Amino acid sequence: MSFRPIFEAHAWDDVKTSIYAKTAADVERALAAPKRTLDGFQALISPAAAPYLEQMAQLSQQLTRRRFGNTVQLYVPLYLSNECQNICTYCGFSLDNQIRRRTLSSVEMLQEAAVLKGWGYDHVLLVTGEANQTVGVDYLEKALRTLRPHFSHISMEVQPLDQADYERLIPQGLNTVLVYQETYHQQDYKKHHPKGKKSNFHYRLDTPDRLGRAGIHKMGLGVLFGLEDWRTDAFYTALHLDYLERTYWQTKYSLSFPRLRPTEGLLQPKVEMTDRELVQLICAYRLLNEEVELSISTRESPTFRDNIIRLGITSISAGSKTNPGGYAVAPESLEQFEISDERSPQEIAAMLRRQGYEPVWKDWDPTLTATVR
Amino acid sequence: MTTHPLVIAGRTFSSRLFTGTGKFSSAQLMEEALLASGSELVTVALKRVDVTSADDDLLRHLGHPQFSLLPNTSGVRTAKEAVFAAQLAREALETNWLKLEIHPDPKYLLPDPIETLKAAEELVQLGFVVLPYIHADPVLCKRLEEVGVAAVMPLGAPIGSNKGLLTREFLEIIIGQSRVPVVVDAGIGAPSHAAAALEMGADAVLVNTAIAVAGQPVAMAQAFKMAVEAGRLAYEAKLAAPASHAVASSPLTAFLD
Repeated sequence: MSFRPIFEAHAWDDVKTSIYAKTAADVERALAAPKRTLDGFQALISPAAAPYLEQMAQLSQQLTRRRFGNTVQLYVPLYLSNECQNICTYCGFSLDNQIRRRTLSSVEMLQEAAVLKGWGYDHVLLVTGEANQTVGVDYLEKALRTLRPHFSHISMEVQPLDQADYERLIPQGLNTVLVYQETYHQQDYKKHHPKGKKSNFHYRLDTPDRLGRAGIHKMGLGVLFGLEDWRTDAFYTALHLDYLERTYWQTKYSLSFPRLRPTEGLLQPKVEMTDRELVQLICAYRLLNEEVELSISTRESPTFRDNIIRLGITSISAGSKTNPGGYAVAPESLEQFEISDERSPQEIAAMLRRQGYEPVWKDWDPTLTATVR
Repeated sequence: MTTHPLVIAGRTFSSRLFTGTGKFSSAQLMEEALLASGSELVTVALKRVDVTSADDDLLRHLGHPQFSLLPNTSGVRTAKEAVFAAQLAREALETNWLKLEIHPDPKYLLPDPIETLKAAEELVQLGFVVLPYIHADPVLCKRLEEVGVAAVMPLGAPIGSNKGLLTREFLEIIIGQSRVPVVVDAGIGAPSHAAAALEMGADAVLVNTAIAVAGQPVAMAQAFKMAVEAGRLAYEAKLAAPASHAVASSPLTAFLD
């Protein structure tokens, strides 16, 4: 059992044509439905839904408040390594990018962690490139053991692993794994990942299945907007989420919306996604799925982040550094991508409070998973 | 007229409104709303508090003598995890009261009846006062009663949905046959829903989302307080039964008396 047969039953061009053919009547029907379907979701992300944005936002706000209340979760990335054996045309860590490579030692991880704890963080997202010699499963296990005592919730955004590897890491305190497909367009995926293990489209596509079978607590999905038609990629993400929720029903899910950002001498977006379109998509996801967590990173501008909070977002990062050692060890090393919102976690928390939201720093406890002692 | 107080596991409550602590826009506002609600039993998610810190923000705002804390195990998926979490909560929060929540399904947060029964049995033996959150399942309620829970907490509708008493038919059966207090938990979205639950004989209700996400949580908390009082008073005053046909105020057979 895997997502692959469902994926293969949905040809990219057919999906795209179907989305762009939606009419105002389709949008109105989707808005009026008590429960939205994937077909309704196509209508809500279609160009025909643009005039209905305010109505979608109002509904999205209501649904989000009902399910998540007036709270927003805070998390922060902790980049452990920028070593990478992959070539990705859009990424600052790409193998062919001439930057100084660095991997944090346990002592350095703790130095970084001390800064984040000082800011109040209890949920950390560990990030690495893909370099199995230096940042393979042994290294990740060591990182979890080192950091587990200091954080209640540990997420990871690293290379896709085998099921047995996830089964080894989960008891060490791994709560969440984020794995973005980048794009569901198989041919374009190959173009953007010409070398390295990441060039295997299907191994990446099957990752959420391996995670689900391993019994992960939460997983995050998404694509990188800018590589291909955003509407079609967003539909495949929704299709994938729908399959995963039905199959691995004990797992929690989140979605993220990274838009391609400028990096040193690398790819410019093929498709530009405007702020308006991103809002449309966020609201459409909320209208489709009232329970999924929606996350926004510091890739987005302060103005955009301040306003999007009320429209469906349930978790945000703040104060992020996207270079290993960026908080304490080596603040000047090269970033994976530029961030747009430079405000400190305290400034973000104050912004949330001004808007009537409680910034939630802690929302998990390792003791709730009896395997972690 | 004053109504009868509620007694659970030997403890007397004058308020039949239990409250939750999630989803408020600030801990300060939560404190004000809970004070306005008159609630004496306040549930708090173990996952939200830092039990290692004496200065946890949430707990600091709950430090009023009228509040008794009811730690909940929200987040656990199995009986084994629930028992472990309960022991931690007992040690950290110095209470053996526990709202037992086991929902392996993170989407609708629906309780697992099998794991809940297993955990309840073990926790009662370990000396906990167990209040399990469950489906409105009359048979399960009886099974839980047999293993020694202090009350049952059937849901009115999916948690956080504000849809009211969708399980009314089953709640009526549960209330009709329960030997322990029945607390309707989850789904109550308006004071009228709370009043309806009390009118039909529920011993208490637990409300969170409807207060926390209201436009004015403090005022809404007060509205719930009044609704619960009205509902209980109506129940004790014995509601006139609805009839599908007209009943003459001067019965035709009165001459026989």
